[in-house]
Amino acid sequence: MQGYIYPNEFELQWSLLIVLYPYITGLVAGAFILASLERVFNVREVQPTYRLALLTALAFLIVAPLPLMAHLGHPERSFEMFLTPNKRSAMAMFGFVYAWYLMVVLLIEIWFDYRRDIVLWARQSTGVKRWFYYALTLGATDLSPKALAFDDSAGRWITIIGIPSAFLLHGYVGFIFGSIKANPWWSSVLMPVVFLFSAIVSGIALVLVLYMLTTMFRWRKIDMACLDKLAQFLFYALVVDASLESLDFIHRLYEAEESIDILSQLVETRLFLSLIVLQLVIGTLIPLIALALTSPGLRKGGFVRLPPELRQLVYLGAAVFIQIGIFSIRWNVVIGGQLFSKSLRGLTVYKVELLGIEGLAMTIGFLILPFIILWVLVKLLPPWLDSVPQDEATTA
Amino acid sequence: MSDQGIDRRAFVGDLVAACLAAGGPVLLGMVRVAAAQGVGAGAYDPSAHDYGIGIDIAKCIGCARCVAACKAENDVPMEPHYFNTWIERYVLRTDGTVDVDSPNGGLDGFGPIESEGDVLRTFFVPKLCNHCANPPCVQVCPVGATFQSPDGVVLVDDSYCIGCRYCIQACPYGARYLHPEKHVAAKCTFCYHRLVKGLVPACVEVCPTGARVFGEVEKRATPLARFMRFNDIQVLKPNLNTKPKAYYANLDGEVR
Repeated sequence: MQGYIYPNEFELQWSLLIVLYPYITGLVAGAFILASLERVFNVREVQPTYRLALLTALAFLIVAPLPLMAHLGHPERSFEMFLTPNKRSAMAMFGFVYAWYLMVVLLIEIWFDYRRDIVLWARQSTGVKRWFYYALTLGATDLSPKALAFDDSAGRWITIIGIPSAFLLHGYVGFIFGSIKANPWWSSVLMPVVFLFSAIVSGIALVLVLYMLTTMFRWRKIDMACLDKLAQFLFYALVVDASLESLDFIHRLYEAEESIDILSQLVETRLFLSLIVLQLVIGTLIPLIALALTSPGLRKGGFVRLPPELRQLVYLGAAVFIQIGIFSIRWNVVIGGQLFSKSLRGLTVYKVELLGIEGLAMTIGFLILPFIILWVLVKLLPPWLDSVPQDEATTA
Repeated sequence: MSDQGIDRRAFVGDLVAACLAAGGPVLLGMVRVAAAQGVGAGAYDPSAHDYGIGIDIAKCIGCARCVAACKAENDVPMEPHYFNTWIERYVLRTDGTVDVDSPNGGLDGFGPIESEGDVLRTFFVPKLCNHCANPPCVQVCPVGATFQSPDGVVLVDDSYCIGCRYCIQACPYGARYLHPEKHVAAKCTFCYHRLVKGLVPACVEVCPTGARVFGEVEKRATPLARFMRFNDIQVLKPNLNTKPKAYYANLDGEVR
């Protein structure tokens, strides 16, 4: 502790678990927006990642509310948010935005996209598996060209609805923080936009890593056209994200409001590692330079022409660095916003617990859980292009 | 002045009736008790009131009897870092620097001031929930567990709060905390259980110098209205448009 903080500010209210919440929903929104590139904007190159991105979004979306629930003082009362929401509260809308996104957008899109395959898997499997897939079809087993064409157009329409929904899901998370006028570190109209673009960056980076790893572990060849395209979009999103962050930063410095002294102290001391080193240097500058030089973002084939194997490594490194950077962004927003007193006269500290419900172990658990769910989803609904079942139904 | 919050007309009516009926000091005392408990005054009508608090910085001596009374009265955890009200000490120095402290909310007293030579001015500032007319905490509560009562008091429904702590983040004054045993948001209630009985908040009751003045904001003939008429009044962080109803007299610009 340094300077003066209000007596009630000694306890940090939002812990590591709340850092996870914007991080995870960001990955959901980002992965979905990547998927929509293929579906709506016809970016054919990224097709190998389309289904993987959808399943990734679903796996992370299932986990997204868990850290929130674990953090509540009375989780058993959380359903009150659905029954008697305070319509003036940004947080009260979470349940509805989440339910909309999960039920209306993601599940339906995945279902329409997979329906043909699910029907074929049901026909080709035996025993419990057969019944499981039949249940998943919800009784819609018609594979006529007309039905398949309907699947396709329905999927496209849902993606079109899904893009603004994904924007809503994560922009809204930014609004939760950005609308708190009591907190000068949070209170910014740019917050939802910054959150959104950092979400897109993190989602693309995550799917890029997952695509590379899963392809390697399946002993397949990585589709370099796809990977280059991912890196290209990652670069563009990162440029926009870094520009917005810089704008926010410059704007604050230039306005130099009452809070500028304490916020400068905050950045120079408490957040030096997480903001300057991790977010700015590791998470933004290094990937930005690496992608600018090697990806086709600025010049076809990149400025530095690397062989595919090396390029893959650069992309992988950049994507991992970006993940570290985005997690740091969430940390800097959530924890950083609580490290200075609202009296603007002092700084406090946050000590991460190791165990306990809000500890590091729990956080790591919540970060691993989506990958376990994704593994199950991938087993049930293989997203690979080479695992699409052959249509023998028409011949049978 | 423990009867400020009572409906005066009803009280006087009861008083007159009692005097007419029997007279004598004994009965008069009984009526006084009945009125204080809200019995004689009829059921408490929140819509008939609009409460606020006045605080005279010049009168506060930093004794923190208010803090002690509040903790005893309101089930506030005794350990540090949980306060419905607390006292801050400001030390303004000749070089323009300001030292602020509030050791255990002022409850254990304030230590001697370091290097007294360059002290320009010192003063104490009692803090509490401002019971804002435009409360950001009420706006953000996802389930409406924290609300504005018709008498202008901001309250928390213990049986409804989900403990998300969004209101604590939204309060610009640091007036809220999460109750460590109940796991719900907690704050100053203006001693609501006392208000409905026609009593003033415990902190006001015990203040030895009358630095705290409680009462109706709008009505003209009340101690608070008088306090606001004869003092230059300021509120904390007016730029946030929370419209606080803790009215400070003799407030220094350094206080945030």
